[in-house]
Amino acid sequence: MGKKEWPLYEVFIRSKSGLSHRHAGSIHAADDQLALDAARDTYTRRNEGVSIWVVRSSQIVASDPAETAAFFEPAEDKIYRHPTFYEMPDGVENL
Amino acid sequence: MYTQGLDQKGQAGKRDNLESAADLDAFQKRIDAEDKIEAKDWMPEAYRRTLIRQISQHAHSEIIGMQPEGNWLTRAPTLKRKAILLAKIQDEAGHGLYLYSAGETLGVSRDQMVADLLSGKAKYSSIFNYPTLTWADIGAIGWLVDGAAIMNQIPLCRCSYGPYARAMVRICKEESFHQRQGYDILVELCKGTAAQRDMAQDALDRWWWPSLMMFGPSDAESKHSAQSMAWKIKRFSNDELRQKFIDVTVPQAQFLGLNVPDDELELDEATGHYSHGEIDWQEFIEVIKGNGPCNKQRIAKRRKAHDDGAWVREAAHAYAEKQAAKAAA
Repeated sequence: MGKKEWPLYEVFIRSKSGLSHRHAGSIHAADDQLALDAARDTYTRRNEGVSIWVVRSSQIVASDPAETAAFFEPAEDKIYRHPTFYEMPDGVENL
Repeated sequence: MYTQGLDQKGQAGKRDNLESAADLDAFQKRIDAEDKIEAKDWMPEAYRRTLIRQISQHAHSEIIGMQPEGNWLTRAPTLKRKAILLAKIQDEAGHGLYLYSAGETLGVSRDQMVADLLSGKAKYSSIFNYPTLTWADIGAIGWLVDGAAIMNQIPLCRCSYGPYARAMVRICKEESFHQRQGYDILVELCKGTAAQRDMAQDALDRWWWPSLMMFGPSDAESKHSAQSMAWKIKRFSNDELRQKFIDVTVPQAQFLGLNVPDDELELDEATGHYSHGEIDWQEFIEVIKGNGPCNKQRIAKRRKAHDDGAWVREAAHAYAEKQAAKAAA
């Protein structure tokens, strides 16, 4: 084994203009440029993308799955945020 | 290319003492509700171990699988065939990388997985320990080995572990090219001279039974499948998948005008399934134990490739450090 492992990068790919970048997977690379090259060779061998983002996995800040319920709780009881909460009177249209 | 789900003895069933019955129960409920498990979610240690073993074996199979094909790269009959084979081998490397990434989400490092392959601790699919003696073998590998892999991998796209399932979706799309290019090679040979047809038949004779072994031991012998089924890592039993493979593949062989090397093969009109002869499980066990025709060669070659690449990995590191120091200055 080498002395230390290359850092891990997460790979995000925009499949075509007009769409967002989407997480595709991850790769190991020694630096940013090599990460881009490796991401291209690994995840876009069949024209799957027009743009790639790579970001060090260690730089991603993520919510804690164990806290999911509590973390998203504030949105739980606010059903009035959805249009279906409101019942429209009969005869009213285009609303 | 494929995972065989080997060596599960005494592992999958083991339960960590610190895991509460309530946690295990809640976990199983999520699985039963077809909820996907993601990397940082709580999971039983046995589930994690089973997946690490299966995913890493699968990744290793892709990596070792490059060798039998690489054997024909410089001797492909035309430039077109050579370009196609090169693309296929590159895909195998890619599949290995998708799978190592999926494995890493479970908390095992890439270096550790690679070390386990090189030390012989981790297994890979038995099929890659057979030699590719003729060009027709490249056709047979695509058609039969990748065909068997697809049969096994399509249900894995619905595996309960999200990162593995997503990797499998990507792999399955690419495997379809692999299988077709293999069949295409054999179609061409079977339209050729008598010597070419003989070559195709010889390849089928040698690859048929090892391909059937790819599905793993028969259900009666496969003791730990039940847990994997309960966890929805596995969706079909080994024998079910093997039967499906035989049923779709035999007509493809007939189209080629080739004989499947099994005297007991017979279509049961009532069920639509082929019955088949007994598989030589002793051969399978020997290959798994390391006594197949190419086991030693495969690992020796992988070790050498790893050692020969050490300076590249170190140089990339040194360059990255130098650039980072420059940027900081």
